[in-house]
Amino acid sequence: METRLSEQLPRKESHVPAAAENAPYSAPRKEAAMPPPKVEIRGLSFFYGKYKALHDIDLDIHDRQITAFIGPSGCGKSTLLRTLNRIYELYPGQRASGKIMLGGRNLLERKDNVNKLRAKVGMVFQKPTPFPMSVRDNISFGVQLYERLSHSDMQERVQWALEKAALWNEVKDKLRQDGTALSGGQQQRLCIARAVAVKPDVLLLDEPASALDPISTQKIEQLITELKRDYTIAIVTHNMQQAARVSDYTAFMYLGRLVEFGDTKKLFMKPAKQQTEEYITGRFG
Amino acid sequence: MSLREHSSQDFEAELESVRQRLFEMGRQVDHVLASCGRALVKGDANLCRRILIEDKETDSMELGIDHLCLEILARRQPVAGDLRLLTSALKLVIDLERVGDLGVSIAARVVELGHEPPLVPSHDLQLMLATAREMLAEAVGALETEDSGLARHAIAQDEVVDAYYAKIFNDVLSLMRANPDNVFRATRVQSISKYIERIGDHATNIAERVIFILTADDIRHAARMRRDDFS
Repeated sequence: METRLSEQLPRKESHVPAAAENAPYSAPRKEAAMPPPKVEIRGLSFFYGKYKALHDIDLDIHDRQITAFIGPSGCGKSTLLRTLNRIYELYPGQRASGKIMLGGRNLLERKDNVNKLRAKVGMVFQKPTPFPMSVRDNISFGVQLYERLSHSDMQERVQWALEKAALWNEVKDKLRQDGTALSGGQQQRLCIARAVAVKPDVLLLDEPASALDPISTQKIEQLITELKRDYTIAIVTHNMQQAARVSDYTAFMYLGRLVEFGDTKKLFMKPAKQQTEEYITGRFG
Repeated sequence: MSLREHSSQDFEAELESVRQRLFEMGRQVDHVLASCGRALVKGDANLCRRILIEDKETDSMELGIDHLCLEILARRQPVAGDLRLLTSALKLVIDLERVGDLGVSIAARVVELGHEPPLVPSHDLQLMLATAREMLAEAVGALETEDSGLARHAIAQDEVVDAYYAKIFNDVLSLMRANPDNVFRATRVQSISKYIERIGDHATNIAERVIFILTADDIRHAARMRRDDFS
Protein backbone atom coordinates (compact mmCIF):
# COMPACT_ATOMS: atom_id res chain seq x y z
CA MET A 1 0.00 0.00 0.00
CA GLU A 2 1.25 3.45 -0.96
CA THR A 3 2.39 5.72 1.82
CA ARG A 4 1.65 9.33 1.09
CA LEU A 5 4.48 11.78 1.31
CA SER A 6 2.65 13.72 3.98
CA GLU A 7 2.93 10.68 6.23
CA GLN A 8 6.66 10.34 5.59
CA LEU A 9 7.37 13.98 6.36
CA PRO A 10 8.25 15.09 9.87
CA ARG A 11 5.10 16.57 11.36
CA LYS A 12 5.15 20.29 11.10
CA GLU A 13 2.90 22.66 12.89
CA SER A 14 0.15 23.97 10.66
CA HIS A 15 1.13 27.30 9.24
CA VAL A 16 -2.16 28.67 10.46
CA PRO A 17 -1.05 30.02 13.82
CA ALA A 18 -2.97 28.99 16.88
CA ALA A 19 -3.99 32.57 17.49
CA ALA A 20 -5.49 32.80 14.03
CA GLU A 21 -7.62 29.74 14.72
CA ASN A 22 -9.55 31.62 17.35
CA ALA A 23 -9.01 35.29 16.79
CA PRO A 24 -8.98 37.64 13.84
CA TYR A 25 -5.66 38.90 12.60
CA SER A 26 -5.13 42.31 14.09
CA ALA A 27 -2.79 44.59 12.27
CA PRO A 28 -0.18 46.26 14.50
CA ARG A 29 -1.90 49.59 14.60
CA LYS A 30 -3.39 51.56 17.42
CA GLU A 31 -7.14 51.57 17.71
CA ALA A 32 -8.41 55.14 17.85
CA ALA A 33 -9.31 55.94 21.42
CA MET A 34 -13.01 56.41 21.97
CA PRO A 35 -13.76 60.08 22.70
CA PRO A 36 -15.29 60.82 26.10
CA PRO A 37 -19.05 60.61 26.39
CA LYS A 38 -20.95 63.85 25.99
CA VAL A 39 -24.28 62.31 26.92
CA GLU A 40 -24.55 59.33 29.24
CA ILE A 41 -27.82 57.44 29.08
CA ARG A 42 -28.42 55.06 31.96
CA GLY A 43 -31.40 52.81 32.59
CA LEU A 44 -33.60 54.86 30.29
CA SER A 45 -37.16 53.65 29.90
CA PHE A 46 -39.98 55.44 28.16
CA PHE A 47 -43.72 55.09 28.39
CA TYR A 48 -46.57 56.10 26.13
CA GLY A 49 -49.20 55.85 28.83
CA LYS A 50 -48.92 52.26 30.01
CA TYR A 51 -47.00 51.09 26.95
CA LYS A 52 -43.28 50.74 27.57
CA ALA A 53 -41.52 51.88 24.40
CA LEU A 54 -37.93 51.88 25.67
CA HIS A 55 -36.44 49.28 27.98
CA ASP A 56 -33.52 50.21 30.26
CA ILE A 57 -31.26 51.72 27.64
CA ASP A 58 -27.60 52.22 28.61
CA LEU A 59 -25.64 54.16 26.03
CA ASP A 60 -22.95 56.82 25.67
CA ILE A 61 -23.12 59.45 22.95
CA HIS A 62 -19.55 60.51 22.36
CA ASP A 63 -18.26 64.04 22.23
CA ARG A 64 -18.01 65.58 18.74
CA GLN A 65 -18.87 62.31 17.11
CA ILE A 66 -21.86 61.30 15.03
CA THR A 67 -23.97 58.55 16.51
CA ALA A 68 -26.58 57.00 14.22
CA PHE A 69 -29.66 55.21 15.48
CA ILE A 70 -31.01 52.54 13.15
CA GLY A 71 -33.73 49.95 13.44
CA PRO A 72 -37.12 49.07 11.99
CA SER A 73 -40.12 51.35 12.41
CA GLY A 74 -41.38 51.32 15.98
CA CYS A 75 -38.08 50.17 17.47
CA GLY A 76 -37.82 53.28 19.63
CA LYS A 77 -35.02 55.18 17.93
CA SER A 78 -37.01 58.40 17.44
CA THR A 79 -38.49 58.00 20.90
CA LEU A 80 -34.99 57.82 22.33
CA LEU A 81 -34.00 60.96 20.42
CA ARG A 82 -37.07 62.76 21.74
CA THR A 83 -36.11 62.03 25.33
CA LEU A 84 -32.79 63.83 24.86
CA ASN A 85 -34.45 67.26 24.81
CA ARG A 86 -37.65 66.24 26.58
CA ILE A 87 -39.74 67.22 23.61
CA TYR A 88 -42.10 64.39 24.57
CA GLU A 89 -43.32 66.58 27.42
CA LEU A 90 -45.43 68.46 24.90
CA TYR A 91 -47.67 65.39 24.77
CA PRO A 92 -49.79 64.15 27.67
CA GLY A 93 -49.25 60.70 29.12
CA GLN A 94 -45.66 60.34 27.98
CA ARG A 95 -42.88 59.92 30.52
CA ALA A 96 -39.30 58.79 30.82
CA SER A 97 -37.39 57.21 33.69
CA GLY A 98 -33.71 56.67 34.22
CA LYS A 99 -30.93 59.17 33.67
CA ILE A 100 -29.62 61.20 30.76
CA MET A 101 -26.50 62.97 31.96
CA LEU A 102 -25.20 66.03 30.09
CA GLY A 103 -22.60 68.29 31.67
CA GLY A 104 -23.06 66.65 35.05
CA ARG A 105 -26.84 67.18 35.13
CA ASN A 106 -29.64 64.72 34.63
CA LEU A 107 -31.71 66.13 31.77
CA LEU A 108 -34.77 64.23 32.91
CA GLU A 109 -35.05 66.14 36.19
CA ARG A 110 -38.17 68.14 35.76
CA LYS A 111 -36.96 71.04 37.89
CA ASP A 112 -34.50 71.98 35.16
CA ASN A 113 -35.71 74.64 32.75
CA VAL A 114 -36.79 72.78 29.63
CA ASN A 115 -36.25 75.83 27.39
CA LYS A 116 -32.64 76.11 28.46
CA LEU A 117 -32.26 72.40 27.87
CA ARG A 118 -33.56 72.75 24.33
CA ALA A 119 -31.01 75.50 23.67
CA LYS A 120 -28.31 73.02 24.67
CA VAL A 121 -29.84 70.17 22.73
CA GLY A 122 -31.09 71.35 19.34
CA MET A 123 -33.34 69.27 17.13
CA VAL A 124 -34.03 69.07 13.42
CA PHE A 125 -36.98 67.08 12.12
CA GLN A 126 -37.73 64.91 9.12
CA LYS A 127 -39.68 67.55 7.22
CA PRO A 128 -38.13 71.00 6.98
CA THR A 129 -40.01 73.28 9.35
CA PRO A 130 -38.99 76.87 8.58
CA PHE A 131 -41.08 79.52 10.33
CA PRO A 132 -43.25 81.59 7.99
CA MET A 133 -40.92 84.55 8.28
CA SER A 134 -37.77 85.85 6.60
CA VAL A 135 -34.60 83.79 6.36
CA ARG A 136 -32.91 86.20 8.80
CA ASP A 137 -35.79 86.07 11.30
CA ASN A 138 -35.82 82.27 11.15
CA ILE A 139 -32.32 82.37 12.63
CA SER A 140 -32.68 85.32 15.01
CA PHE A 141 -36.01 84.16 16.44
CA GLY A 142 -34.51 81.41 18.57
CA VAL A 143 -31.42 83.40 19.53
CA GLN A 144 -33.59 86.19 20.96
CA LEU A 145 -35.17 83.73 23.39
CA TYR A 146 -31.82 83.10 25.09
CA GLU A 147 -29.55 86.05 24.40
CA ARG A 148 -29.76 89.81 24.14
CA LEU A 149 -27.63 90.75 21.15
CA SER A 150 -27.12 94.11 19.50
CA HIS A 151 -28.33 94.49 15.93
CA SER A 152 -24.80 94.08 14.52
CA ASP A 153 -24.06 91.11 16.79
CA MET A 154 -27.28 89.49 15.66
CA GLN A 155 -26.35 90.11 12.02
CA GLU A 156 -23.03 88.42 12.71
CA ARG A 157 -24.74 85.48 14.43
CA VAL A 158 -27.16 85.05 11.52
CA GLN A 159 -24.28 84.99 9.05
CA TRP A 160 -22.25 82.66 11.28
CA ALA A 161 -25.14 80.18 11.62
CA LEU A 162 -25.90 80.25 7.90
CA GLU A 163 -22.23 79.69 7.13
CA LYS A 164 -22.14 76.78 9.57
CA ALA A 165 -25.11 75.30 7.74
CA ALA A 166 -23.38 75.82 4.36
CA LEU A 167 -26.26 78.04 3.28
CA TRP A 168 -24.83 81.55 3.46
CA ASN A 169 -23.59 81.75 -0.13
CA GLU A 170 -26.99 80.69 -1.41
CA VAL A 171 -29.12 83.07 0.68
CA LYS A 172 -26.92 86.05 1.52
CA ASP A 173 -28.81 88.12 -1.07
CA LYS A 174 -32.23 86.97 0.03
CA LEU A 175 -32.15 87.28 3.80
CA ARG A 176 -35.46 89.14 3.72
CA GLN A 177 -37.10 86.48 1.60
CA ASP A 178 -39.56 84.14 3.24
CA GLY A 179 -37.81 81.00 4.51
CA THR A 180 -40.63 78.86 3.20
CA ALA A 181 -39.80 80.02 -0.36
CA LEU A 182 -36.45 78.21 -0.31
CA SER A 183 -36.01 74.77 -1.87
CA GLY A 184 -36.56 71.70 0.35
CA GLY A 185 -32.83 71.12 0.83
CA GLN A 186 -32.24 74.80 1.60
CA GLN A 187 -35.15 74.82 4.06
CA GLN A 188 -33.62 71.87 5.90
CA ARG A 189 -30.24 73.58 6.07
CA LEU A 190 -32.05 76.70 7.31
CA CYS A 191 -33.51 74.56 10.11
CA ILE A 192 -30.04 73.28 10.92
CA ALA A 193 -28.74 76.88 10.93
CA ARG A 194 -31.59 77.79 13.28
CA ALA A 195 -30.61 74.98 15.63
CA VAL A 196 -26.91 75.85 15.43
CA ALA A 197 -27.54 79.59 16.01
CA VAL A 198 -28.24 79.12 19.73
CA LYS A 199 -24.89 77.29 20.06
CA PRO A 200 -26.10 73.96 21.41
CA ASP A 201 -23.88 71.20 22.78
CA VAL A 202 -25.77 68.45 21.04
CA LEU A 203 -27.65 68.31 17.74
CA LEU A 204 -30.45 65.80 17.29
CA LEU A 205 -31.36 65.00 13.71
CA ASP A 206 -34.49 62.95 13.16
CA GLU A 207 -34.29 61.59 9.59
CA PRO A 208 -33.07 64.99 8.36
CA ALA A 209 -32.72 63.99 4.72
CA SER A 210 -35.57 61.55 4.22
CA ALA A 211 -37.74 64.14 2.46
CA LEU A 212 -34.94 65.45 0.24
CA ASP A 213 -33.66 64.66 -3.24
CA PRO A 214 -30.27 62.89 -3.61
CA ILE A 215 -28.22 66.06 -4.20
CA SER A 216 -29.78 67.86 -1.22
CA THR A 217 -29.22 64.69 0.81
CA GLN A 218 -25.54 64.72 -0.12
CA LYS A 219 -25.28 68.37 0.97
CA ILE A 220 -26.94 67.61 4.29
CA GLU A 221 -24.63 64.63 4.84
CA GLN A 222 -21.58 66.74 4.02
CA LEU A 223 -22.87 69.39 6.40
CA ILE A 224 -23.38 66.85 9.19
CA THR A 225 -19.78 65.62 8.91
CA GLU A 226 -18.52 69.22 9.00
CA LEU A 227 -20.69 70.10 12.02
CA LYS A 228 -19.07 67.23 13.88
CA ARG A 229 -16.02 69.41 14.48
CA ASP A 230 -18.06 71.56 16.87
CA TYR A 231 -21.06 69.51 17.92
CA THR A 232 -22.03 66.14 19.24
CA ILE A 233 -24.58 64.73 16.81
CA ALA A 234 -27.21 62.04 17.17
CA ILE A 235 -29.03 61.09 13.99
CA VAL A 236 -31.98 58.80 13.45
CA THR A 237 -32.14 57.38 9.96
CA HIS A 238 -34.00 54.68 8.08
CA ASN A 239 -31.34 54.83 5.42
CA MET A 240 -28.66 52.36 6.47
CA GLN A 241 -26.26 53.52 3.82
CA GLN A 242 -26.61 57.00 5.25
CA ALA A 243 -25.77 55.72 8.73
CA ALA A 244 -22.79 53.89 7.26
CA ARG A 245 -21.65 56.97 5.36
CA VAL A 246 -21.92 59.68 7.99
CA SER A 247 -21.71 58.18 11.46
CA ASP A 248 -18.81 57.24 13.70
CA TYR A 249 -20.92 55.04 15.94
CA THR A 250 -24.11 53.16 15.26
CA ALA A 251 -26.76 51.95 17.65
CA PHE A 252 -29.12 49.24 16.41
CA MET A 253 -32.44 49.15 18.23
CA TYR A 254 -35.21 46.61 18.09
CA LEU A 255 -38.49 46.46 19.98
CA GLY A 256 -37.44 49.24 22.33
CA ARG A 257 -34.13 47.66 23.24
CA LEU A 258 -30.58 48.51 22.30
CA VAL A 259 -29.35 45.39 20.52
CA GLU A 260 -25.88 46.54 19.52
CA PHE A 261 -23.79 49.67 19.73
CA GLY A 262 -20.35 50.11 18.26
CA ASP A 263 -17.97 51.55 15.75
CA THR A 264 -19.88 52.06 12.50
CA LYS A 265 -17.20 50.53 10.27
CA LYS A 266 -17.13 47.42 12.40
CA LEU A 267 -20.87 47.17 12.75
CA PHE A 268 -21.44 47.29 9.00
CA MET A 269 -18.61 44.86 8.24
CA LYS A 270 -18.88 42.42 11.11
CA PRO A 271 -21.80 43.00 13.44
CA ALA A 272 -21.50 41.19 16.75
CA LYS A 273 -25.16 40.17 16.90
CA GLN A 274 -27.00 38.00 14.40
CA GLN A 275 -30.08 40.21 14.75
CA THR A 276 -28.03 43.23 13.68
CA GLU A 277 -26.66 41.40 10.64
CA GLU A 278 -30.13 40.27 9.65
CA TYR A 279 -31.44 43.82 9.85
CA ILE A 280 -28.64 45.66 8.09
CA THR A 281 -28.52 43.10 5.28
CA GLY A 282 -32.26 43.47 4.73
CA ARG A 283 -33.41 40.15 6.10
CA PHE A 284 -36.10 41.76 8.21
CA GLY A 285 -37.46 45.18 8.98
CA MET B 1 -24.45 31.48 11.91
CA SER B 2 -27.46 30.71 9.79
CA LEU B 3 -29.29 33.85 8.75
CA ARG B 4 -32.88 34.06 7.68
CA GLU B 5 -33.63 34.92 4.04
CA HIS B 6 -33.62 38.44 2.67
CA SER B 7 -36.92 40.27 2.66
CA SER B 8 -36.16 40.89 -1.03
CA GLN B 9 -36.45 37.54 -2.81
CA ASP B 10 -34.64 38.96 -5.84
CA PHE B 11 -31.63 39.93 -3.73
CA GLU B 12 -31.67 36.52 -2.08
CA ALA B 13 -31.77 34.84 -5.49
CA GLU B 14 -28.90 36.99 -6.78
CA LEU B 15 -26.67 36.11 -3.82
CA GLU B 16 -27.56 32.43 -4.18
CA SER B 17 -26.71 32.66 -7.87
CA VAL B 18 -23.24 34.01 -7.01
CA ARG B 19 -22.71 31.13 -4.60
CA GLN B 20 -23.92 28.49 -7.03
CA ARG B 21 -21.80 29.88 -9.86
CA LEU B 22 -18.74 29.83 -7.59
CA PHE B 23 -19.39 26.17 -6.77
CA GLU B 24 -19.90 25.42 -10.47
CA MET B 25 -16.62 27.16 -11.33
CA GLY B 26 -14.91 25.20 -8.56
CA ARG B 27 -16.23 21.95 -10.05
CA GLN B 28 -15.15 23.03 -13.54
CA VAL B 29 -11.59 23.76 -12.35
CA ASP B 30 -11.48 20.47 -10.43
CA HIS B 31 -12.57 18.69 -13.61
CA VAL B 32 -9.63 20.35 -15.44
CA LEU B 33 -7.22 19.17 -12.74
CA ALA B 34 -8.65 15.65 -12.88
CA SER B 35 -8.05 15.67 -16.65
CA CYS B 36 -4.50 16.88 -16.00
CA GLY B 37 -3.96 13.91 -13.70
CA ARG B 38 -5.20 11.46 -16.35
CA ALA B 39 -3.13 13.17 -19.04
CA LEU B 40 -0.04 12.89 -16.85
CA VAL B 41 -0.54 9.14 -16.45
CA LYS B 42 -1.34 8.41 -20.07
CA GLY B 43 0.63 11.17 -21.83
CA ASP B 44 -2.62 11.75 -23.69
CA ALA B 45 -2.19 14.69 -26.11
CA ASN B 46 -5.88 14.67 -27.15
CA LEU B 47 -6.95 15.03 -23.54
CA CYS B 48 -4.50 17.91 -23.19
CA ARG B 49 -6.08 19.69 -26.16
CA ARG B 50 -9.51 19.26 -24.55
CA ILE B 51 -8.15 20.89 -21.39
CA LEU B 52 -7.17 23.91 -23.47
CA ILE B 53 -10.65 24.16 -24.97
CA GLU B 54 -12.33 23.71 -21.58
CA ASP B 55 -10.31 26.59 -20.18
CA LYS B 56 -12.46 28.95 -22.25
CA GLU B 57 -15.42 27.78 -20.18
CA THR B 58 -13.56 28.65 -16.98
CA ASP B 59 -12.73 32.11 -18.35
CA SER B 60 -16.34 32.71 -19.27
CA MET B 61 -17.46 31.67 -15.77
CA GLU B 62 -15.04 34.18 -14.28
CA LEU B 63 -16.49 36.99 -16.38
CA GLY B 64 -20.05 35.97 -15.54
CA ILE B 65 -19.45 35.98 -11.79
CA ASP B 66 -17.49 39.23 -12.00
CA HIS B 67 -20.30 41.01 -13.80
CA LEU B 68 -22.99 39.63 -11.51
CA CYS B 69 -21.08 40.76 -8.40
CA LEU B 70 -20.51 44.25 -9.78
CA GLU B 71 -24.18 44.52 -10.71
CA ILE B 72 -25.29 43.49 -7.21
CA LEU B 73 -22.80 45.86 -5.58
CA ALA B 74 -24.05 48.74 -7.71
CA ARG B 75 -27.73 48.04 -7.20
CA ARG B 76 -27.97 46.68 -3.66
CA GLN B 77 -25.18 48.32 -1.64
CA PRO B 78 -24.71 45.18 0.46
CA VAL B 79 -23.14 45.18 3.92
CA ALA B 80 -21.74 42.70 6.45
CA GLY B 81 -21.81 39.04 5.32
CA ASP B 82 -23.33 39.89 1.92
CA LEU B 83 -20.58 42.43 1.25
CA ARG B 84 -17.93 39.94 2.33
CA LEU B 85 -19.36 37.31 -0.04
CA LEU B 86 -19.47 39.61 -3.04
CA THR B 87 -16.10 41.31 -2.61
CA SER B 88 -14.51 37.94 -1.89
CA ALA B 89 -16.20 36.33 -4.89
CA LEU B 90 -14.50 38.93 -7.06
CA LYS B 91 -11.17 37.68 -5.74
CA LEU B 92 -12.06 33.97 -5.62
CA VAL B 93 -12.76 33.88 -9.33
CA ILE B 94 -9.29 35.25 -10.06
CA ASP B 95 -7.73 32.40 -8.09
CA LEU B 96 -10.00 29.82 -9.69
CA GLU B 97 -9.28 31.14 -13.18
CA ARG B 98 -5.54 31.07 -12.46
CA VAL B 99 -5.86 27.42 -11.36
CA GLY B 100 -7.54 26.72 -14.70
CA ASP B 101 -4.65 28.43 -16.50
CA LEU B 102 -2.15 26.38 -14.54
CA GLY B 103 -4.04 23.27 -15.63
CA VAL B 104 -3.54 24.40 -19.23
CA SER B 105 0.18 24.90 -18.54
CA ILE B 106 0.41 21.39 -17.11
CA ALA B 107 -1.31 20.06 -20.22
CA ALA B 108 1.17 21.92 -22.44
CA ARG B 109 4.12 20.35 -20.62
CA VAL B 110 2.50 16.90 -20.86
CA VAL B 111 2.22 17.37 -24.64
CA GLU B 112 5.91 18.29 -24.74
CA LEU B 113 6.78 15.16 -22.77
CA GLY B 114 4.89 13.18 -25.39
CA HIS B 115 5.63 9.50 -25.14
CA GLU B 116 9.02 9.92 -23.50
CA PRO B 117 9.51 7.23 -20.85
CA PRO B 118 8.41 8.58 -17.46
CA LEU B 119 10.89 9.88 -14.94
CA VAL B 120 10.70 8.47 -11.43
CA PRO B 121 9.28 11.67 -9.85
CA SER B 122 6.18 11.58 -12.09
CA HIS B 123 4.71 9.27 -9.46
CA ASP B 124 5.13 12.00 -6.84
CA LEU B 125 3.57 14.48 -9.25
CA GLN B 126 0.39 12.43 -9.17
CA LEU B 127 0.27 12.49 -5.39
CA MET B 128 1.12 16.19 -5.32
CA LEU B 129 -1.65 16.98 -7.79
CA ALA B 130 -4.11 14.87 -5.79
CA THR B 131 -3.26 16.86 -2.66
CA ALA B 132 -3.66 20.20 -4.45
CA ARG B 133 -7.02 19.04 -5.84
CA GLU B 134 -8.09 18.02 -2.38
CA MET B 135 -7.12 21.45 -1.06
CA LEU B 136 -9.17 23.14 -3.73
CA ALA B 137 -12.16 20.88 -3.12
CA GLU B 138 -11.98 21.57 0.61
CA ALA B 139 -11.60 25.33 0.12
CA VAL B 140 -14.65 25.57 -2.16
CA GLY B 141 -16.51 22.92 -0.18
CA ALA B 142 -15.99 25.01 2.98
CA LEU B 143 -18.06 27.78 1.41
CA GLU B 144 -20.74 25.33 0.34
CA THR B 145 -21.02 23.76 3.79
CA GLU B 146 -20.19 26.99 5.66
CA ASP B 147 -17.47 25.10 7.49
CA SER B 148 -14.47 27.31 8.25
CA GLY B 149 -12.71 24.31 9.83
CA LEU B 150 -12.60 22.64 6.44
CA ALA B 151 -11.01 25.75 4.95
CA ARG B 152 -8.38 25.75 7.70
CA HIS B 153 -7.64 22.11 6.91
CA ALA B 154 -7.15 23.04 3.26
CA ILE B 155 -4.67 25.74 4.24
CA ALA B 156 -2.73 23.33 6.44
CA GLN B 157 -2.32 20.97 3.47
CA ASP B 158 -0.29 23.57 1.57
CA GLU B 159 2.69 22.46 3.64
CA VAL B 160 2.36 19.02 2.12
CA VAL B 161 2.20 20.38 -1.42
CA ASP B 162 5.27 22.53 -0.72
CA ALA B 163 7.11 19.51 0.65
CA TYR B 164 6.31 17.54 -2.50
CA TYR B 165 7.63 20.42 -4.55
CA ALA B 166 10.91 20.53 -2.60
CA LYS B 167 11.30 16.76 -2.93
CA ILE B 168 10.57 16.67 -6.66
CA PHE B 169 12.87 19.63 -7.25
CA ASN B 170 15.76 17.80 -5.56
CA ASP B 171 14.94 14.55 -7.36
CA VAL B 172 14.97 16.14 -10.83
CA LEU B 173 18.23 17.91 -10.02
CA SER B 174 19.78 14.57 -9.12
CA LEU B 175 18.44 12.98 -12.30
CA MET B 176 19.85 15.79 -14.42
CA ARG B 177 23.23 15.51 -12.71
CA ALA B 178 23.21 11.73 -13.18
CA ASN B 179 22.43 11.86 -16.89
CA PRO B 180 22.22 14.96 -19.11
CA ASP B 181 19.79 13.08 -21.35
CA ASN B 182 17.24 13.55 -18.58
CA VAL B 183 17.34 17.35 -18.79
CA PHE B 184 14.48 17.73 -21.29
CA ARG B 185 12.07 15.56 -19.31
CA ALA B 186 13.34 16.72 -15.90
CA THR B 187 12.74 20.40 -16.65
CA ARG B 188 9.18 19.58 -17.80
CA VAL B 189 8.52 17.63 -14.64
CA GLN B 190 10.01 20.43 -12.58
CA SER B 191 7.73 22.96 -14.34
CA ILE B 192 4.68 20.80 -13.73
CA SER B 193 5.54 20.53 -10.05
CA LYS B 194 5.89 24.32 -9.88
CA TYR B 195 2.44 24.72 -11.47
CA ILE B 196 0.96 22.35 -8.91
CA GLU B 197 2.70 24.21 -6.11
CA ARG B 198 1.07 27.42 -7.40
CA ILE B 199 -2.30 25.64 -7.49
CA GLY B 200 -1.78 24.91 -3.79
CA ASP B 201 -1.12 28.61 -3.19
CA HIS B 202 -4.29 29.60 -5.03
CA ALA B 203 -6.28 27.03 -3.08
CA THR B 204 -4.84 28.57 0.10
CA ASN B 205 -5.95 32.03 -1.06
CA ILE B 206 -9.43 30.67 -1.70
CA ALA B 207 -9.58 29.00 1.71
CA GLU B 208 -8.45 32.19 3.44
CA ARG B 209 -11.09 34.16 1.55
CA VAL B 210 -13.76 31.63 2.50
CA ILE B 211 -12.81 32.00 6.16
CA PHE B 212 -13.22 35.76 5.73
CA ILE B 213 -16.66 35.28 4.17
CA LEU B 214 -17.79 32.94 6.93
CA THR B 215 -16.24 34.58 10.00
CA ALA B 216 -15.01 38.05 8.93
CA ASP B 217 -11.58 37.03 10.22
CA ASP B 218 -8.88 38.12 7.81
CA ILE B 219 -6.14 35.57 8.41
CA ARG B 220 -4.21 36.16 5.19
CA HIS B 221 -1.06 37.69 6.54
CA ALA B 222 -1.33 36.07 9.94
CA ALA B 223 -0.98 32.74 8.18
CA ARG B 224 1.68 33.78 5.72
CA MET B 225 3.91 35.45 8.28
CA ARG B 226 4.36 32.17 10.06
CA ARG B 227 5.34 30.32 6.93
CA ASP B 228 8.81 29.01 6.95
CA ASP B 229 9.47 30.09 3.37
CA PHE B 230 13.12 30.76 3.97
CA SER B 231 14.09 27.51 5.64
